[in-house]
Amino acid sequence: MAEITHSTPLKVVKPKASRDDWTMRAFMVMIGAYLLIALAFPLYTMLSKSFENKDGVFIGLENYLKYFSTPALFNSIENSVTISIITMVITVTLAFIYAYALTRSCMRFKGFFKIMAMIPILVPSLLPGIGLIYLFGKQGYMKWLLFGETIYGPLGIVIAEVFFTFPHALLIIMTALSISDARLYEAATVLRAPKWKIFWTVTLPSARYGLISAAFVVFTLVITDFGVPKVIGGQYNVLAVDIYKQVIGQQNFSMGAVVSVVLLVPAIFAFFIDRQVQKKQVAQLSARAVPYEPKPDKTFDALMMSYSSVIVLIIVTILATCQFAALVKFWPYNLTLGLQHYNFDLMDGGGWDAYYNSIKMALWTAAVGTTVVFTGAYMVEKGRGFQQGRTLFQFLAMMPMAVPGMVLGLSYIFFFNNPDNPFNFIYGTMAILVVSTVTHFYTVAHLTAMTALKQMDKEFESVSQSLQQPFYKMFLKVTVPVCSPAILEIAIYLFVNAMTTVSAVVFIYSYHTQLASVAVLNMDDAGDIAPAAAMGMMIFYTNAAARILHAFVSKYMEKKTQAWRQR
Amino acid sequence: MSANTADTRVETGNGQKPYLTTSNLTKQFGSFTALSDISLEIYEGEFVCFLGPSGCGKTTLLRAIAGLDIQTFGTVTQAGNDVSSLPPSERDFGIVFQSYALFPNLTIHKNIAFGLENRKLPKADINNRVNELLELVGLTSQADKYPAQLSGGQQQRIALARAIATNPGLLLLDEPLSALDAKVRAHLRHEIKELQRTLGVTTVMVTHDQEEALTMADRIVVMNDGVIEQVGTPLEIYRNPASAFVADFIGTMNFVPGQANGGDILKMGNVELKCDAENITERGNITVAFRPENLLVQEGDDKLPNAFEAEVKYMEFMGAFFRVDLLSKQTNSEAHIKGDFSINMVRRTGVKVGDTITVSIPQDRLTVFPGVN
Repeated sequence: MAEITHSTPLKVVKPKASRDDWTMRAFMVMIGAYLLIALAFPLYTMLSKSFENKDGVFIGLENYLKYFSTPALFNSIENSVTISIITMVITVTLAFIYAYALTRSCMRFKGFFKIMAMIPILVPSLLPGIGLIYLFGKQGYMKWLLFGETIYGPLGIVIAEVFFTFPHALLIIMTALSISDARLYEAATVLRAPKWKIFWTVTLPSARYGLISAAFVVFTLVITDFGVPKVIGGQYNVLAVDIYKQVIGQQNFSMGAVVSVVLLVPAIFAFFIDRQVQKKQVAQLSARAVPYEPKPDKTFDALMMSYSSVIVLIIVTILATCQFAALVKFWPYNLTLGLQHYNFDLMDGGGWDAYYNSIKMALWTAAVGTTVVFTGAYMVEKGRGFQQGRTLFQFLAMMPMAVPGMVLGLSYIFFFNNPDNPFNFIYGTMAILVVSTVTHFYTVAHLTAMTALKQMDKEFESVSQSLQQPFYKMFLKVTVPVCSPAILEIAIYLFVNAMTTVSAVVFIYSYHTQLASVAVLNMDDAGDIAPAAAMGMMIFYTNAAARILHAFVSKYMEKKTQAWRQR
Repeated sequence: MSANTADTRVETGNGQKPYLTTSNLTKQFGSFTALSDISLEIYEGEFVCFLGPSGCGKTTLLRAIAGLDIQTFGTVTQAGNDVSSLPPSERDFGIVFQSYALFPNLTIHKNIAFGLENRKLPKADINNRVNELLELVGLTSQADKYPAQLSGGQQQRIALARAIATNPGLLLLDEPLSALDAKVRAHLRHEIKELQRTLGVTTVMVTHDQEEALTMADRIVVMNDGVIEQVGTPLEIYRNPASAFVADFIGTMNFVPGQANGGDILKMGNVELKCDAENITERGNITVAFRPENLLVQEGDDKLPNAFEAEVKYMEFMGAFFRVDLLSKQTNSEAHIKGDFSINMVRRTGVKVGDTITVSIPQDRLTVFPGVN
């Protein structure tokens, strides 16, 4: 019976949450709690540690005053910023030309060049440092190229960092260049603009957000990187290594916390500027844009191909040198081949067990991380109501991008090593390594998941609700299969990074959970450079194999579950 | 005729009880009011269209009825139950979106079966029901294909089949035809209406396309700026628009400034028009409205009532007729007047640009709105 009240009092309607809503909120609270415990609380603990002395007594700014009155410490700020800016300029320039060759020329073997340029992602950043030592170090076979300069210091750091950051910059710039609108070029040509003018007025402006974004990513990667300066930095101090020295060398945790806070500043600064820039880039994309198709030009294409070949040659040389050095008996005096450097069990660093631990850790990271990240992203993107909770969650998910691995690792010592912490039991186990790694790489994975979810029709959930079906049915039967390419992408991203990361785990591994990447560091530290190179290459082969497997699985899945994509 | 009144309930239910009621429904997004005090009754088996320009609140109203975006104030009752605060999953409706929202990785069969699962139905019953629905929408042979393999029109029919699979008491259609091209749209318009009539399901459709609303709806709810402008049958809305907005939004309408002084004579500049005095309560400055197709042209010597002279400024060929732009010096405002002339009439009279002709507005086709538009 319809009972119509004619004078309804102005009472705000409070929507009743369905069972699904409650389940989703419970999930979101769980994953939000994860981010609080794995990120926010540890960082807070670290921040408060920087105001305490060795005995845990609050001493205000004393640590900071000491830091800024010790030139050996605060000089690192200038050093870090200098090499970061130099690397940024060089990497972005090199990557831009390479990306230009891949997107705007008709050179051959583009697939090959694309794959080869991605190789540095698959190795720990320690490895290019080791490679450079064999090339240009005291006994390097190309030492003459330096004309007496030393590779141990800023020169070595910059070269190795360029190697390490090149693929990251390339990916971003390539995306920026490939979304260019062909109609702009046609218009410019019709207006008889010369080629150089078109480049300055059309190409560069349309790629500018990509370039800026790439610049900030490179800057952040370099300033927070620990592997390269540790191996090849010599006496040249940088912030990330200072943290390591303070904590591991001098056991001065408070000062380690101070340096961490100092390192957080530029990283957070770069992060926020980059977010602003990326917001603008979205608005630039127009649905009606016509993709640009390059036209063959013999001279230009040959030029681009030579350039790309040189870059690939450099990448291959560095890696091949590492592999060669790992296989010879005694560089450079006895070049007979042998496998004795692979007897990792005889060296510091954990031996072959460290390698197997790494694989185990990377698999766990991929499995746990993908589940947590994708479910979390789904709750943020498709949840109903609970607006504040979702906004907070989104903020927490973006934060790890701005937190250097060293800083996260150190804050884990402070937070989880406290016997009063109920989560103390994970300290020293594989679990804390997985938690640290998942958290450290959370943001990129989260953004990948969000992008995929945003492409799904936002009315799917509405339809499912109107058909009175539980959300998990929709999630498992539609969302997950449709997003499977993105899910696989997240998994491989987490796996590869878990294999290569040093900074996120170097403070929190234990005797039983030594890792391959840390073993590279420790063997290098102990002077066993050849075994370090050998282990670094093992990481590379493992990651390459994982990538190839990923390619096959994606192809297979595409055939099987994405049949609907074909018309 | 006066403009919108506070109470827009129209008694066309033949004494039926309303199936769906919204009372004083208001939806605010922050400081923006998307819906303001909407009260509406929809009867069982009715096909009602919410019609209005984009941003008028029609989709917001539909989403409030569905529980997808629950209103800030006011109540919604369905089949006698207060569903105001219930989530969509606890209401009883099927919905079709403009994007169809078909699950891309499920076959047509599985898409339709989606809502039938988890209801303790035997598998055979589900299959039977799906086949029945496929037959109903005439796509039996497509059961094992994926949505992307079907045309837009076919996809829309599948979305419809999925929405009615569970025999919901209410069918909601959110711009269901907007993504289709003109020919398919006209065809589907007819088909959806037929289906609705066969099933007798109470249906609410949101559209910005007046033609769709006029051809499909039993009643139309015209909305603008979050309020209801008029509720009525298509004929009522077209013939007797309740406001200048409705008159302008539906079909084409001429608006010419004029004066009313009581009595049965209106002045439009120097032109005097006889009108039905009992329909006109306004005094002073008014707007005279009439549709182009109601403008008559004097062909012989017989004087038509309400006639005046006008010059043909421009003739636009529309296929079935000419839309003619006229300028009359007698209506001193120099207002342009649109007239629709049939092809036959133009051929018969040989009227062409530059001619001065005598036109007339029949007394019963005049509408008057207060003030100057």
